[in-house]
Amino acid sequence: MPDEPLTPAETRDLRCLAAAIIPASAYYGVPGADDDLIFGDILKSLGRDRDDVRTALTHLATLSGGSFTDLPPDRRAGVIATFRAQGATPLAILTRVVLLCYYRDDRVMRSLNMEPRPPFPKGHVVEQGDWSLLDPVRARAPFYRRVS
Amino acid sequence: MHDKVDVLIIGSGASGAAVAWSLAETRMRILCLEQGDWIKPTDYPSNGRDWEARFFSDFATSPNRRARPTDYPINDDNSPIKVVNFNGVGGSTILYTAHFPRLHPSDFRVRTLDGVADDWPVDYETLEPFFAENDRMMGVSGLAGDPAYPPKQPPMPPLPLGKSGTRFAKAMNKLGWHWWPSDSTIATTDYEGRARCINLGHCTPGCAQGAKASTDITYWPQAIRAGVELRTRSRVREITTDEHGMASGAIYYDADGVEQFQPAEVVIVACNGVGTPRLLLNSTSGRFPNGLANASGLVGKNLMFHPYANVYGYVDEPLDGNHGPPLCLWSQEFYETDRTRDFVRGYTFQFGRGYAAILEAINSTAAGRLPWGEEHHRIYRQLLNHRIGLSAICEDLPEEHNRVTLDPQLKDSHGIPAPKIDYTLGANSRRMMEHGIARAKEVLAAAGAGNIGTEAPILNGGWHLLGTARMGDDPERSVVNGWGRSHDVKNLFIVDGSIWVTSGGVNPTSTIQALALYIADSIKQRLANLFD
Repeated sequence: MPDEPLTPAETRDLRCLAAAIIPASAYYGVPGADDDLIFGDILKSLGRDRDDVRTALTHLATLSGGSFTDLPPDRRAGVIATFRAQGATPLAILTRVVLLCYYRDDRVMRSLNMEPRPPFPKGHVVEQGDWSLLDPVRARAPFYRRVS
Repeated sequence: MHDKVDVLIIGSGASGAAVAWSLAETRMRILCLEQGDWIKPTDYPSNGRDWEARFFSDFATSPNRRARPTDYPINDDNSPIKVVNFNGVGGSTILYTAHFPRLHPSDFRVRTLDGVADDWPVDYETLEPFFAENDRMMGVSGLAGDPAYPPKQPPMPPLPLGKSGTRFAKAMNKLGWHWWPSDSTIATTDYEGRARCINLGHCTPGCAQGAKASTDITYWPQAIRAGVELRTRSRVREITTDEHGMASGAIYYDADGVEQFQPAEVVIVACNGVGTPRLLLNSTSGRFPNGLANASGLVGKNLMFHPYANVYGYVDEPLDGNHGPPLCLWSQEFYETDRTRDFVRGYTFQFGRGYAAILEAINSTAAGRLPWGEEHHRIYRQLLNHRIGLSAICEDLPEEHNRVTLDPQLKDSHGIPAPKIDYTLGANSRRMMEHGIARAKEVLAAAGAGNIGTEAPILNGGWHLLGTARMGDDPERSVVNGWGRSHDVKNLFIVDGSIWVTSGGVNPTSTIQALALYIADSIKQRLANLFD
């Protein structure tokens, strides 16, 4: 089913899995990856990774004996451990999509003291540093190999 | 059919642009065919909030992942190092880190000095004026006085040390090892119409500020003003030959996919160390059944990549993260052969700053360092902006079994057979990487870093594509002569990294371009008897 959107069951499992990867934290004041805005971004961003994500979710459903979301919480941990051990490339790609969307959310970025903006045009400040650190290297004689 | 041109250049990247600009003063009719597009600065990822995500889509380093209509696929399944490139005006100078070291004098004499591989038919002294000219054209920042090199004078001051560079500088001083601010094609002052660097940090996939030199904004504007024509979306299928065995032009597909023929007096190939052998091997005929310029059988052989050994760790204080150009320092402490080691030749250390937020999360999750679940947030905050890392760029020696051939099945969107890579790491490279990893760990220890990780070789680190149409004086042991002309086809020249005899242990763009300028100069000097 290339390019077709995820089914409702796949979407539910992906959301549940996203929360397992990055849960909300009251301590750090950040949402989880299953937050409405972030998860909406995840669904919109599947793009060329949709087939791999679907492969991973099919594997997850198989390990769960049906719906991962409907498993009792104490069983989810065991399924996740097996899934992480066996998931290989499709799981790595699924995880990458979750991380890509989570760490560009404004609330998450602010919690990390980052400005939610693109690099251009404001850029950043990098300190020049102390160039006197180079003095001992300047004092070395040339050491490239002579060929003549 | 199009009007015949005097010079047809195939490829508009580092070398194609340089040779076009240099030849423009001859007033010959010069045409460059480029399979990609012009890339506008507003297209670069650092303009938008999805800037990191686009490193995994339309600005991915792998053409297989990027999969733009202007890309061609590469079968690199049988290689521990995957090919990195970009197809567009500027070629892979669009998608590079702008680290700009030159080869060293010893790199041109490896057989004489170390008894391995072959000497080059040119030397550093011959190329020196072309290095300097290229530094001016590309706009190089750096610092004169590096004891690891013969004297040179970069036209702009070096990139800032920053917190990360300072940490490394102190560590290297503690060890008593060489370090120096890198030569870089990132402008540190306003330079020839380019604005100075404002530390966008996301330099590799194009610079929205225009501070990073790519040939679309350095050589090409000047070449076009001087009369060179650049035709984009023109993918060359094959170079044709006439009844005398001379190159007669090229067959290409235009933007509408229509087959075209462009006749030419001289053909110059500048398609990089994978694209060039692919084109030559696809250019078969009754006279050249094994591909053009391939009487030696060496087209596609001796592929060299530069295996990268990346070692990183984490320190207690926050450093620069991804702010600022990623590479600002190098070390040549282990560059030259030392007979007490178990390998010959050597490597450069290039020192990195850190990763941006998403890349840190992805890499640390993949490495098992960043957990899922409740601990995720706490651990992540210990990692972000605390990473410090360095890579050994190891010299790769030429081995004929490392090669580019044509894939029997895989084709590009025009049906042209795609390249296939077969590559294994040599024993010398493996020992060199191990040495680099051990020394890098000493550097990180001196820098106070812990939680050390390594990646060797870097999987997606096939930045440097070299050696597959090597130069030399012996037609049985090389594809082109000492000034880039095919031994077999007297009006066919190659100017890209495929002509390299050995790889050295540095990023190659500076030397690729100096060689291209040297070959262009050699052509200009011989115009009256170019085909003799």
